Amino acid sequence: MLTVNRYKCCYCGACVGVCPTCSLELVETFIEVSADCKECGICTKICPVGALEVKA
Amino acid sequence: MSMKCDVVVVGAGPGGSMAAKAAAQAGLRVTLLEKRQEIGDPVRCAEGVGKRALSQIVKPEPEWIAAEVKGARIYAPDGTSIVMSEDKGGAEVGYVLERKVFDRGLAMEAARAGAKVMVKTRAIGLLKKDGAPCGVSAMRIGEPLEIEAPIVIGADGVESKVGRWAGIDTTLKLKDIETCAQFLVTDTRVDDQYCEFFLGNGIAPGGYVWSFPKGEKLANVGLGILGSRSKPGEATRLLKEFMKSHFPNGKVLEMVVGADPCSGPIESTTADGVMLVGDAARQTDPLTGGGILTAMQSGIIAGEVAAKAVSSGDVSKEGLKEYEDRWRADIGKSLARSYEFKEFFVKLTDEDLNQLIGSLNKEDIAKMDLRGMLRVLFRLNPRLLWELRHLVV
Ligand SMILES: Cc1cc2nc3c(=O)[nH]c(=O)nc-3n(C[C@H](O)[C@H](O)[C@H](O)COP(=O)(O)OP(=O)(O)OC[C@H]3O[C@@H](n4cnc5c(N)ncnc54)[C@H](O)[C@@H]3O)c2cc1C
Ligand code: SF4
Ligand code: SF4
Repeated sequence: MLTVNRYKCCYCGACVGVCPTCSLELVETFIEVSADCKECGICTKICPVGALEVKA
Repeated sequence: MSMKCDVVVVGAGPGGSMAAKAAAQAGLRVTLLEKRQEIGDPVRCAEGVGKRALSQIVKPEPEWIAAEVKGARIYAPDGTSIVMSEDKGGAEVGYVLERKVFDRGLAMEAARAGAKVMVKTRAIGLLKKDGAPCGVSAMRIGEPLEIEAPIVIGADGVESKVGRWAGIDTTLKLKDIETCAQFLVTDTRVDDQYCEFFLGNGIAPGGYVWSFPKGEKLANVGLGILGSRSKPGEATRLLKEFMKSHFPNGKVLEMVVGADPCSGPIESTTADGVMLVGDAARQTDPLTGGGILTAMQSGIIAGEVAAKAVSSGDVSKEGLKEYEDRWRADIGKSLARSYEFKEFFVKLTDEDLNQLIGSLNKEDIAKMDLRGMLRVLFRLNPRLLWELRHLVV
């Protein structure tokens, strides 16, 4: 599962731009993850603050 | 709730506001949507912009500008540096803006030209009739809202969805995006006169560190690294490392993170009833990461083309071709060239960077523009730069 650490996220939208399945949405100050997420982990690499993690 | 207009602009950054202003000035009924409750905040930018280039697009208001600089100083990994004067340093050097004030100022210009501005209003999809887009569906302060319009301009930044909704794949590969972190720093070590750039694979792999002064020993100190060389949290970690070595006593007043497209021009930025501008169209300069001016330029073109298309009644992809042609003629070539430079630059080792910058040490480059400097670089380092020879002539 992809988890978003809301206490770390600075709502910059970087992760949204790289998600190949368009599963992320930046709603002002929080990231929503849709059911289309394939847990590929691409978004976790781009996050400048390390707020995203794919957890087993 | 539902409403109607001639063009909906999604996103009130510099690209969206200029598009809305141009379309409104041409007589269209324009709605400008911004999902945030405050335009321009939080900032995702180092705020550097060329003086002359900005003035050619709008009349800069004094309150938009935090500082003016004399030029750019570029440091090689070994500490050697070169200086370029402000008017030659390219599109990112000259003024350091206050983006919060600047972005709101541009939205105000759009409003004064007649555009309706709606904040805390997020586009969530395209309305479609017979398969073709005819407006957007949105959430306005938690309530659904439908806005019918023959044309939608997607100016929705790095996180753009408008293109993807219209079938244009704007997803960025990790090698085509820079991930960034920045602190607003106050420190006696800040150089108030120059925008500084620090190169090195250790400090910013596939990118660079910058310090852009904002007056009185205050500066945006930040870095961008190539997405393909990043890992979770890497940009922030590297920035803290840089702070330790360069501004050990610096006090951090603000934190900024974000990402810059560096894909170069994408294949298509239009679809039936849809145009993309600025970061949404990936029109950011791939080498420098500068995207304020290109967003404004393409925004104006999109607004003008929208007016023509609405009055002719042809809002198909074909009918919007003028937008595609004009932005590619204006900025497309230089973006494509920058992309080639970036692809080359990210492969350079620290030794290469030291050699290149070191080779300029005895040359009088202060008054040279980028092209001139490249020519000199090529003359001095033909073997290293052989791959770029077609760009240098
Ligand atoms: C760290 C960093 C440093 C940079 N430094 C510089 C620099 O020094 N000089 C320079 O020229 N450029 C710089 N850039 C690039 C520059 O910030 C962008 O290129 C520029 O802001 C692009 O403008 P835009 O209007 O296309 O998009 P943005 O300014 O990103 O605006 C997009 C707007 O759309 C809104 N939006 C998104 N989705 C929706 C939706 N669904 N509904 C409604 N609204 C939506 C967003 O909230 C946002 O306000 C930097 C970028 C970063 C990340
Ligand atoms: S990239 Fe990280 S900080 Fe930026 S919006 Fe996504 S989760 Fe938040
Ligand atoms: S893990 Fe992959 S599919 Fe899931 S949100 Fe991140 S980038 Fe998208």
